[in-house]
Amino acid sequence: MLTPQLSKTDPRIKLIGAKIKKQNYKPDALIEILHTAQNAYGYLPMNVLTYITKELHLPPSRVFSTVTFYHFFSLKSRGEHTCLVCTGTACYVKGAQLILNEIEKRFALKPGQVTADNQLGVQVARCIGACGLAPAVVLDDEVQAKVIAEDIVNKINAKIVIK
Amino acid sequence: MNRQELQAIISAEKEKDHNNQHKNKVCVCCGAGCISSGSEEVMKKLQEEIKTRGLEADVEVIPTGCMGPCNQGPLVKCLPGYTIYQKVDNTNIATIVQHQLIDKKPVEDLLLFSDFHAQPFINAQEDPFFKKQMKIALKNCGDINPEKIEDYLIQDGYKALDKVLFQMSSEDVIAEIKHSRMRGRGGAGYPTGLKWETVYKYVNDQKYVICNGDEGDPGAFMDRSVLEGNPHRVLEGMAIAAYAVGANKGYAYIRGEYPLAIKRFELAIKQAKKLGVLGSNILGTTFSFDIDVRIGAGAFVCGEETALIASIEGKRGTPKPRPPFPAESGLWGKPTLINNVETFAGIAPIINNGGEWYSEIGTPKSAGTKVFALAGKINYSGLIEVPMGTTLREIIFEIGGGIQGGRQFKAAQTGGPSGGCIPAEHLDVKMDYESLISLGSIMGSGGLIIMDESSDMVDVARYFMEFCMDESCGKCVPCRVGTKMMHDLLQKICDNKGTTIDVQRLEELAGYVKETSLCGLGASAPNPLLSTLRHFRHEYDSKIDQ
Repeated sequence: MLTPQLSKTDPRIKLIGAKIKKQNYKPDALIEILHTAQNAYGYLPMNVLTYITKELHLPPSRVFSTVTFYHFFSLKSRGEHTCLVCTGTACYVKGAQLILNEIEKRFALKPGQVTADNQLGVQVARCIGACGLAPAVVLDDEVQAKVIAEDIVNKINAKIVIK
Repeated sequence: MNRQELQAIISAEKEKDHNNQHKNKVCVCCGAGCISSGSEEVMKKLQEEIKTRGLEADVEVIPTGCMGPCNQGPLVKCLPGYTIYQKVDNTNIATIVQHQLIDKKPVEDLLLFSDFHAQPFINAQEDPFFKKQMKIALKNCGDINPEKIEDYLIQDGYKALDKVLFQMSSEDVIAEIKHSRMRGRGGAGYPTGLKWETVYKYVNDQKYVICNGDEGDPGAFMDRSVLEGNPHRVLEGMAIAAYAVGANKGYAYIRGEYPLAIKRFELAIKQAKKLGVLGSNILGTTFSFDIDVRIGAGAFVCGEETALIASIEGKRGTPKPRPPFPAESGLWGKPTLINNVETFAGIAPIINNGGEWYSEIGTPKSAGTKVFALAGKINYSGLIEVPMGTTLREIIFEIGGGIQGGRQFKAAQTGGPSGGCIPAEHLDVKMDYESLISLGSIMGSGGLIIMDESSDMVDVARYFMEFCMDESCGKCVPCRVGTKMMHDLLQKICDNKGTTIDVQRLEELAGYVKETSLCGLGASAPNPLLSTLRHFRHEYDSKIDQ
């Protein structure tokens, strides 16, 4: 059964439904299915979680506890443009904090926050594995190497202005 | 596909390769590091340039995995001759094509490390960065196209699997691995052969092989590079392990942060199945083995084997008390073998060259080579592989080209949040499992962060404690509460509000957390604190109110 707001014809729901079917409705595929859902929506809306819960015949507590356990999954929108600042050791040694400070100064955003108009969200990652190019920032899925705080602010501004 | 059919394909590919011997090969590094510096664009432009100059018949452009010096990317390697160009972009591609490929005269200003040496090496293999290295796990990485199984086959790929299936019993394989004295490359250094034997001995109709690619240590990217640069090598290692322990199903658990590694490994699985080196009745034998990829969702604790198993089962990644060990009761309660990516990458060479060959490399207690990810305030950050027992000084000052800006070396951090810091007076330490433990650090998975005089060691301890506090799964009290308490005390000291009593409390707490935590995360969380206290106590003293 679907919750009222959810349309069966929504291509995103179809995508998730297909994934669930492909995984044979097995509860152990929960994380794979959550990945699919988050890729489709950018985050995990509550009604989508309810849908997954019912399809997999799992208690809601099990799904909710799994979602909140992993950093990757988010229950709220992360913004149309995302700026992910790596705070792994190499980036930390090379001044990731300076980048975060600059972003906070310019956009009044702390890690995990999104602007009121949902245009920009800022997050931190534990390590994206681009340590040779530290400090690194991922701007809308594009890795920026050896970042200088000022430059990344300009790049973000360019993205928001275009919109 | 059976054995004969595969061998026919291999001979055909080898002949094709032989006929192409006269061609110049231009390898473009397409590891995640160089891609973020723009290597995909370079590759496209390079192909266009070669086409417009009509060199297509003589030059082959190959996208490869990581070549090593990530900091200098995008990298382009020209074979034969092993000439590497650094920081290649639109402005210099035409020059490289003209001089290197047409005039056959290298462009000195663009050679690798030309911004550091007055006279860079035309053959990069003569540079200390490469000369001091020994590549086993990283062999072929940076030379072949990771998205083509044929390239791997030409380099004797799947030869070890063939040998195992047709000439060796499970016991033979395990004996060979034991003879190699290889130890697990995930961090703890448990003897690989012994682990395989334990799983082999448990009788069960269903067993599993898991590849741990949840490389969560900040500052480590060895597994990512191996998976991106030579995924078939890992796959072959897993298949050999499955044959040895009697498993028919495998899982590769790869971090969600590594989309390229996931993509290439999934492609490798597809290609291997098509050629019959994976799937049912491999090479026409009775041995069947299939692999599924599981994508991590951002939890450091999932690198711990029991937590990783819980995550594969689709649950919260919380660890379980051991025993029972996964070898006895792992995934869905079945005997399970878990090894790290780098461990699996080392298996095929051991089978091909013999355990004796491997055991002679390195030190008596730590055989073989180790891949390290060099990062931080070092001139050449990137990926290296050296024999065990190479000193830290050699790694930093010969291979790594010394400290950035000619500043003073202060400490090297090994083992990530579970490891410790090695100060300048121990620069001559041999990098092997035991020596590092004796200095209060650990080998860990291979992340090596170099810090210079500007680093505040108390803040480094605070940084790692914050990491462990955030990543603690919360199941056991010592880790959940202990890391928070230690973090708060460290923060207090960093804010210059600490007292001598706070340092005493920290030491006391560190002991409790170490002894009583459920899993490795908690048990090793105090390590960065304890090692900085041991080697840099004066920095704590200077911050506290005496």
